Amino acid sequence: MHRFANPSQFMRVAEAMLPWMVALCIPLMGAGLYYGLWASPADYQQYDTVRIMYIHVPTAFLAQASYVVMALGSASFLIWKHPLGDLIARAAAPIGCVFAFICLVTGSLWGKPTWGTYWVWDARLTSMLILFFLFLGYLALANAFDDPARGDKPAAILAVVGIVNIPIIKFSVYFFNTLHQKSTLFGDLISGGEEAAMSALQQPEIAAAAAQQGSSLPPSMLLPLMLMLVAFSLFFLILLVLRLRGELATVRLRALRAGLRAG
Amino acid sequence: MNDFLAGFRAVLIRDLRLALRQSADLALVLGFFTIAASLFPFGVGPAPETLARIAPGVIWVLALLSVMLSLDRLFEQDLADGSLEQMVLTPRPLVLTVLAKALAHWITTGLPLIAITPVIGILLNFPTAGYSTLLIGLALGTPSLSLIGAVGAALTLGARRAGLLIALLVLPLYIPILIFGVTAVESVLTGFEARAHFLYLSAILAAAIPLAPLAAAAAVRHGVEG
Amino acid sequence: MFEGLSFSLEAGDALLLTGPNGSGKSSLLRLLAGLLTPLDGQICVNGTPVHEDIEGHRANTAYLGHLDPIKPTLTVLESARFWATMLGTLDRVDLALSMLNLSDLAAAPGRVLSSGQRRRLSLTRLLLSPADLWLLDEPTVGLDTRTVASVEQMVAEHRAKGGVVVLSTHIEFKLPGAKTLDLGDFTPAAFQAEAPV
Repeated sequence: MHRFANPSQFMRVAEAMLPWMVALCIPLMGAGLYYGLWASPADYQQYDTVRIMYIHVPTAFLAQASYVVMALGSASFLIWKHPLGDLIARAAAPIGCVFAFICLVTGSLWGKPTWGTYWVWDARLTSMLILFFLFLGYLALANAFDDPARGDKPAAILAVVGIVNIPIIKFSVYFFNTLHQKSTLFGDLISGGEEAAMSALQQPEIAAAAAQQGSSLPPSMLLPLMLMLVAFSLFFLILLVLRLRGELATVRLRALRAGLRAG
Repeated sequence: MNDFLAGFRAVLIRDLRLALRQSADLALVLGFFTIAASLFPFGVGPAPETLARIAPGVIWVLALLSVMLSLDRLFEQDLADGSLEQMVLTPRPLVLTVLAKALAHWITTGLPLIAITPVIGILLNFPTAGYSTLLIGLALGTPSLSLIGAVGAALTLGARRAGLLIALLVLPLYIPILIFGVTAVESVLTGFEARAHFLYLSAILAAAIPLAPLAAAAAVRHGVEG
Repeated sequence: MFEGLSFSLEAGDALLLTGPNGSGKSSLLRLLAGLLTPLDGQICVNGTPVHEDIEGHRANTAYLGHLDPIKPTLTVLESARFWATMLGTLDRVDLALSMLNLSDLAAAPGRVLSSGQRRRLSLTRLLLSPADLWLLDEPTVGLDTRTVASVEQMVAEHRAKGGVVVLSTHIEFKLPGAKTLDLGDFTPAAFQAEAPV
């Protein structure tokens, strides 16, 4: 563990793995898109809009995973003072922020044909929106100081505070949602048996979770979804390594400049 | 133990004194709360049933914003005149110093807000049956607002545009308190109990009392560097 | 900031920091107080690096910076009593105020104090502090000659009791037997200092 905490050693391993990840990611993504967009059936009620799921679900998963990576990196930076932890957190934050944004946009596009409106204060969309705000707060704080190095510790503390709060926020948002469910469009538009059938598809995370337990989602839809999940995860790792490279270069440049100025 | 309390009490009394002698700042927060609340009838129309429908939410959101707007008082001035770094340098545990400052902030912001809430309630035609729930909810929720706010205020020490930044950091973290506070009132008004909501608010407060000062103290320690 | 800087101080020692503006006198004092983290190198007290027990080090350090932590609305006595409580030496307040000639001003609020009076109120913190290590950043700015003399007296008494003083100043300050460190010689780069107390 501590051996990899040295940024240059970590980067050597990461750089060695990078071409393999790219080589794996491209065919997986291609296959996932092929099965998702052409080779899988359209939903009997949502028709082709269901295909948004193959982008929406992976981005939702990765936005959350990015925050976890960010918080773990920040915690290791605060506890063991590993500079790598801060670099990973700083590298992961904008990626997670963009994934959260894509998730919100695709969710909203998916909402128009199914809910009849672009935005519904549904529990999952609402928690993703708040996660997006948390990413924005982290990025704003990390870059709010005249000396960029000064933002590292406050941003790390914020990431850890955020991860402690996320379960509370999620719980409260679901609580809010169940109390207000009767008044949402969701309940008014759909009735009885149709609701059960649609909800499995409309609530993709549940659909994915149910699918993992071997129910609900047919294999023809499950396959592209899983392919896309793996491909997006690899894509995330590739972006992370590339951004880490940049962050590391920035830190080195700053150190060099400081040395020059002092000399 | 007694020794720890002496430091805690000293900071608390000092901050209370400072706030009371600059009571114009206090009035400012209450003024904001009242004026902002009186804008809503102009915005949504003066129909009593409309106002009654939105009153719980408006009062809670404005309480949130009022607390947030007064957060700069917590550490900013003490950082500027060197008091904060001297507090870091005393042998007193910084966590307790931060906790005392958050408590002083609540006494001089949260309590006055709760006290003036019935007046705002009248302006907004707040349903009579919900008053006690609203006030209990605010009493349980506003201390958490001060504690979480202290973390935000400490994190932004020395940052550019600190005031706006605090809003961005703190408001998402305030959402659970807002939800439980507002839904407590709504469930009482629709004939249910608010016990569960109060329990959740208390749980958040119970977690915030030890954790928020810990995070804020770490941020203050970093904030006085440089 | 500094390169190849190393020094050590024994009980009763004093170190006078000199050097041009921007040579890092204030930064060195803040480093010693634990208010800045060294990029490289370490500060040791009794052979133990201070970052291993930063709380203990801070408790044994009195730092006087450029700022006077005085509130416009708090009186001199309230201010002194607050810091005394924080430092655990409430019984010394009257003595400290009288030694710095502030007893008559005890009821005056901070906003009416002159800059010399504010500085004197800040200096009471040294007399209130139980710390062995005094770090004084230009302690005599804005003081009249009589007060400068009593500060010199305070420093001498502190050293006689086995305390250590590190001090930076631009004016004449009597510091018999003090070591002198010209920071102009050590800019730039890595920093190393040892201060066994």
